[in-house]
Amino acid sequence: MRRRTLLGGALAAPLLAACSGGGDDTDGGGGTTLTYGMWDPAQVPGMKKIIAAFRKEHPRISVRIELTPWATYWTTLKTSMRGGTAPDVFWMNAVNFQLYAANGVLEPLSGHIRSDRTPVGSHPEALVKLYAYEGTQYGLPKDFDTIGLWYNKALFDKAGITYPDESWTWDDVRDAAAELTDPHERVHGFAAEMDRQGKIYPAVCGADGYVLKDGRSGFGEERSIEGLRFLTDMVDRGWSPPQSAMVESVGRVRYWSEKVAMNYDLSAMAGQMYAVPALKDHGGIAVLPKGRRRATIIHGLANVISAKSRKKAAAWQFVHFMAGREAAEIQAREGVTISSYAGTQDAWLTSMPEFDLKHFIEMQKYAVPYPSSKNTAVWENLQYPILGAAFSGKGGIESAARKLGGQMDRALKEERAV
Amino acid sequence: MSVFPATAAAKAKERRASAAAPRPGSRNQRAAYWFIAPLGIGFALFYFWPLLQTFYFSFTEFGAFGGHTFIGTDNYARVIQDVTVWQALVNTLIYSVIGLTALPIAIVVASLLNRRGLRGVSVYRALYFVPFVTLPVAVGLVWNWLYNGDFGLLNEILGWFGVDRHYWVSDPSTAVYAIGTVMVWSTTGYYLIIFMAGIKGIPQDYYEAAELDGAGALRRFFTITLPLLSPTLFFASIICMINSLQTFDLIYIMMGEKNPAIGDTQSVVGLFYKWAFIENAQGAAAALAFLLMVVIAALTYLQFRLQKRWVHYA
Repeated sequence: MRRRTLLGGALAAPLLAACSGGGDDTDGGGGTTLTYGMWDPAQVPGMKKIIAAFRKEHPRISVRIELTPWATYWTTLKTSMRGGTAPDVFWMNAVNFQLYAANGVLEPLSGHIRSDRTPVGSHPEALVKLYAYEGTQYGLPKDFDTIGLWYNKALFDKAGITYPDESWTWDDVRDAAAELTDPHERVHGFAAEMDRQGKIYPAVCGADGYVLKDGRSGFGEERSIEGLRFLTDMVDRGWSPPQSAMVESVGRVRYWSEKVAMNYDLSAMAGQMYAVPALKDHGGIAVLPKGRRRATIIHGLANVISAKSRKKAAAWQFVHFMAGREAAEIQAREGVTISSYAGTQDAWLTSMPEFDLKHFIEMQKYAVPYPSSKNTAVWENLQYPILGAAFSGKGGIESAARKLGGQMDRALKEERAV
Repeated sequence: MSVFPATAAAKAKERRASAAAPRPGSRNQRAAYWFIAPLGIGFALFYFWPLLQTFYFSFTEFGAFGGHTFIGTDNYARVIQDVTVWQALVNTLIYSVIGLTALPIAIVVASLLNRRGLRGVSVYRALYFVPFVTLPVAVGLVWNWLYNGDFGLLNEILGWFGVDRHYWVSDPSTAVYAIGTVMVWSTTGYYLIIFMAGIKGIPQDYYEAAELDGAGALRRFFTITLPLLSPTLFFASIICMINSLQTFDLIYIMMGEKNPAIGDTQSVVGLFYKWAFIENAQGAAAALAFLLMVVIAALTYLQFRLQKRWVHYA
C-alpha cells in the first residue's frame, strides 16, 4: 500500500510543478511582465533599447523578449496559441496575418487606436491596410521593406557601362546583363531566381500584371506572364544562372561573392551588404527598372496582441508605444530595418553613408503591398514546384504560369468555402 | 566435495527453476507486470493513443488554432485524388528500393570483416558506423557540398574524365538517386553491425567441414553464410524498408523549398509535414499519415508471408 502511494506521489509531482508555473501575472515588484515574440536576432539590441525607453514611461510594465528562429517561428507560435502559452505581443507578417485574424486569435485594435489617438496615419497606408481584416485593424506596422536593384560598380566599370538610374527600363537591364555576363569568369549579369518577394512579384507587377486581385489569381494573365518571361528569358539566354544552380548558392550569395552583377534584393539586406568590404566599397543601389510600369513590393512587420493574453491593457500600452515616433527613431538608429513611421528614416539613411539608401524610401510611392489571403501558404507553396522547370532553362513559362493560375484559383476557392 | 556432485547440483538447479516459474496470479507474475509497465505506458501514451487520435482526426477538418469539425471521408477523397500524393508515394517506394541496396553491401563487408585473423576490426566497425550516428542534417549538408554543381568534389573528379558538370540534387532526373545514395551511405553501418553479429552466430564447424570438402570462399558464402544469415537478413530488410518509407529529414535538408526537383523527390512524410505544418490542412495530413501506416503494414505483412520461401531457421 505504501509503495502505491509513493508511486502516485512521484507521478503527481511534475504535474503540480507545471501548474505552479502558470499564474505569474505579476513580477516581484507587483508590476506586469509582458512577453514579446520575435524572430530576428539582429533586431534584439534595438528592441531592448525600445523596451528600456518604454519602461521609463511605464515603470510598472516590463517586457521580456522571446526569440524563436524564423524556421520554427510560425509552427511554434501556432502550437503555443493552442496551448495558451503564446507571447502577449508578437511579430506578424502579411503571409500569416489573415489566417490569424480570421480565426479570432488576435486582439482587435481599432477601438484602442481611436481612444488613444495612435498615430496610424504616420505609417505607409499600403502597410497599415495589410494588417486590417474586414474593416478592423489588428496590427500596427513597425518597419517596412522594399525591393531595389543592387549592382556591382566594379563589374559595371569593367564592362564600360553607365550605372543604372531612374531612367532605366527592362531593356536597359537586358542590354547590361548581356554585356556583364562573362562565362569565362563565371560571372552572370543578373540573378533571375525563384523568389516571391524579391523577384517574381516585382516582375509580375512591373509588367502591369498582378498576383492576387479580388480573390482571383493573376498568374494566368498575359501581362503577368510577360513579367515572368522577363526573368526566365535571362536564364534562357545565359545572363542568369539557372534555378538548378541557384538552389546551391542563391542570387544574394552570388552577388556577395561578385559573381552576379545585378540583383533585386530587400532593403533589409543593406546591413549585411554593408558588412562585405568589397560591396561597401563598390555596391550600388538603384530603384527597380521600369517594365510596363514602375512597381516594387512593399512588406513590413506589425506588432499584434494575442487575443488569449491576460495582460491586454499592458500589451496595448506597449504596442501603442511601438507605433510612435520615439520607438521608430530608436529602431532607425539601429540600422537593421527601415522604420515605418514617416520622417524617422533619416537615422537609417545616414547609418550607411556609402549606400544610396534613399531609393528604398522613394519607391514607396508606387509600391504594391505583398499579396496575401486567408491561407496564403497554400497557394504560395504551389509556385516553386510548378515554375521550377521554366526557371531552370527548360522553357514553357507560359503553360506553367497558366497551370499555376488555375491551381491557385482552386486553392482560393477552397479557402473561401471554409 | 560431495559424493555425487553432479546430481546434487542438478537437483538444486531444478528446484530453483521450479520456484522461478511464474504461477498464474502469483506475486512474481504481478512483479513482472510492474517491470514491463513503463514500456507499456510509453507505448500506450506515445504510440497507441496518437494512432487512435490520428485515425479520428483524419475524418475531421482542423481549425488552425484548435477545434475541429467532423467531415466524414472527405480527407481520404482528397488524398486519393491529389496527384502529388501519388508522386510522393512513387518517390517513397523508389527510396525504399534504393535503401535496400544497403543490405547486400553490408553483408559483403560484414563477411569480409569476419575473416579470421583480420586485425583492427573494431576500427573498421567504428568507421562504418560513424555515418549512422551522424545527424541527418549534418550528413545532408556535407553531401550537398560534395554534390554542388559549381564547386562540388564529385563534379571535380568527374571532370578529370571529361564528364560535364551536373547539378545532382536539383536536376529531377538525378535528384532521387543522389539522395538515395546518401541514404544508403548513412545506413550501411547500422546493418553491418547487425550482420556481423549474425555471422558470429554461425558455428565455425560448418566452415571447417566445408573447407575440408574443398569449398571455396564464394561457395562457402553462398551455401553457409547466406542461408544461415537469412533470419537476420529478414529482420534487417523489414527495418530497412520501414525506415526508408518514413524518410524525411535528409530530403528536407538536401532539397530546400526552391529546388526545381522538389516534386520529384518529395516523400510521403515530407508531404505530410507540408500539409500539417505549413498549409494548415491537419485533417488531410492525418489521413495521409494513416494511409502510409496501412502501406507499411501491408508491405510488412507481405514480407512475413514471403519469408517462408527464403528464411531458414537453423
